[in-house]
Amino acid sequence: MQTIIYEKPKTLTDTPTHFCPGCGHGIVLRLIAEIIDTWGIRSKTIGLAPVGCAVLAYNYLDIDMCEAAHGRPPAVATGIKRVHPDHVVFTYQGDGDLAAIGTAEIIHAANRGENITFIFVNNAVYGMTSGQMAPTTMLGQKTATTPSGRDVINYGNPIRICELLAVLDGSSYLERVSLSSPENIRKTKKALEKGFKTQIEKRGFSLIEILSPCPIYWRMDANESMKYIDEDMTRTFPLGVVKDWEHKN
Amino acid sequence: MKQLLTGNEAAAEAAILAGCRYYYGYPITPQNELINYMSVRMPQVGGTFIQAESEIAAISMVHGSAAAGGRSMTSSSSPGISLKQEGISYLAGSELPCVIINIQRGGPGLGDISASQADYFQAVKGGGHGDYHTIVLAPSSVQEMADLVYDAFDMSDNYRNPVMILGDAQIGQLMEPVEFYKKQKNNLPAKNWSLTGAQGRKRNIIKSFYPVKGELEEFNAHLQKKYKMIEEHEIRYEAINIHEADIILVAYGTSARICKEVVKKSQQFKFKVGMVRPITLWPFPKEIIRRISEKVQCILTVEMSAGQMVEDVRLAVESRCPVHFYGRTGGGVPTSLEVIRKIVEIVPDNKVANTLLKLAEVK
Ligand SMILES: Cc1ncc(C[n+]2csc(CCOP(=O)(O)OP(=O)(O)O)c2C)c(N)n1
Ligand code: SF4
Ligand SMILES: [Mg+2]
Repeated sequence: MQTIIYEKPKTLTDTPTHFCPGCGHGIVLRLIAEIIDTWGIRSKTIGLAPVGCAVLAYNYLDIDMCEAAHGRPPAVATGIKRVHPDHVVFTYQGDGDLAAIGTAEIIHAANRGENITFIFVNNAVYGMTSGQMAPTTMLGQKTATTPSGRDVINYGNPIRICELLAVLDGSSYLERVSLSSPENIRKTKKALEKGFKTQIEKRGFSLIEILSPCPIYWRMDANESMKYIDEDMTRTFPLGVVKDWEHKN
Repeated sequence: MKQLLTGNEAAAEAAILAGCRYYYGYPITPQNELINYMSVRMPQVGGTFIQAESEIAAISMVHGSAAAGGRSMTSSSSPGISLKQEGISYLAGSELPCVIINIQRGGPGLGDISASQADYFQAVKGGGHGDYHTIVLAPSSVQEMADLVYDAFDMSDNYRNPVMILGDAQIGQLMEPVEFYKKQKNNLPAKNWSLTGAQGRKRNIIKSFYPVKGELEEFNAHLQKKYKMIEEHEIRYEAINIHEADIILVAYGTSARICKEVVKKSQQFKFKVGMVRPITLWPFPKEIIRRISEKVQCILTVEMSAGQMVEDVRLAVESRCPVHFYGRTGGGVPTSLEVIRKIVEIVPDNKVANTLLKLAEVK
């Protein structure tokens, strides 16, 4: 007798991903696919791909998906959710997409309390366009457009999206997690499940912010990237639940 | 039963009757009657009304609802339509049906809130990035606004292409009797491409990104083929006195109403005036204008702009006859007398003879 301990989720296609070695995007997509499989919701799930390194998410996830213009997934998802209020609708967005060009869209989706799950992959750079500063780039972090490190005088401070959205009455569940270790990846999966549960139970707006490595534009190897998340990134972006409809404080 | 409505309200009611259940807007004068009307009517029919945070968000919501298979619409006026161009390009590139109403006001910039036709280029030449076309319909009365809104939804579903209704402050805010009688076409193609959840079928993907070399060129060739088909089947115009005319006026929307008055008044003259009123601005009625240009002395294009549609008239005429232009901008509306003066100025001497004397008496 063979017992299956680990296999490729059915909701992941056989298409090889285009992500760089050590990138976090592939892990997050896999977690989403696992949840869709386990919960048997493939036929009622609709995803939104961002403009960013994860734009081709629709090649990897075997579900109905829509592309949106850069930053607009929250508005496009709103339009989809109004047509299919009982479907599970999620967006998958990078930090440039969600926290810079799409700031208005995410704030107002939260403020309307859209019953949608927002998956926010924070890698502190613009991966797709070759590693420029993101709104979440940390002070001192060197990027293609902050060659001597981000300084507060010229570029302001990194934006903490979970904390920003927490002050809006329309947001229901906000949590920040990371991909820095198997344990943290398990926590990320839990957070994603909670996000989808929030939506399925019609509890409103949920956003999971995932600290994710971009070894290429952090100019590190995969191991150093994980250490960087734990030792540097989490100081600016503390992990944990920021808001939860189940435990109102 | 006839109702007395503004063009804006007629557009909204026609959309509802045509089965539009998803409307997203952002307030801007002179289209406010439309968004206000929708906020009342959509909930009554179980539809969705959202006052979005911007025109960008509104067109993106249309993107979503259209992708999910719902009849969707947004409306705005010039500055807001500029913001929608990103979304319109994505909708065209994703081959999604939707209706966009532009109640034009004066520009550039914040301009003013009075009637204008200065967004013609933006509407018919693409407006956003990439090789694409929206179908552009130009009503010149409240009744025609209602009629064209029904047709716009059917055309957009039929071709999986955005359709823009290009009105102006005059058409939007004018009150006229209107009747809603049109029926939705029932032989429209099924939306089996739409996002409904991959139940018992392969996944559907709505996208406009083709990074693999050669794929985008192939997709563009497909779009161009579709545009050709639209040009072959959908051109509409109204022609008045074109067979006996010495001079032909070309005008759309509010300008066309004024030109109709000119045609009527010109019965007092020695020379004959006819007119062509394009109803589809894209596809443009080039063939009829080309044929006319072979017979008339000259053509006069009248617009509430510094001269935009006149370029398409010239392209159709290809120098077969002189093409003149009369326009007012920035809220200026041409009067029939101004147009007549212009006609007298451009009509060959032998035709004009004793007309000049009468000009002062033109009623
Ligand atoms: C309107 C617009 N502006 C700029 C771009 C170029 N662009 C593509 S992806 C991107 C940033 C992506 O960064 P992020 O959202 O953080 O995603 P990542 O690649 O890091 O996952 C930019 C600026 C674009 N496609 N569209
Ligand atoms: S550039 Fe960064 S975010 Fe993009 S695929 Fe490579 S590692 Fe991932
Ligand atoms: Mg990023």
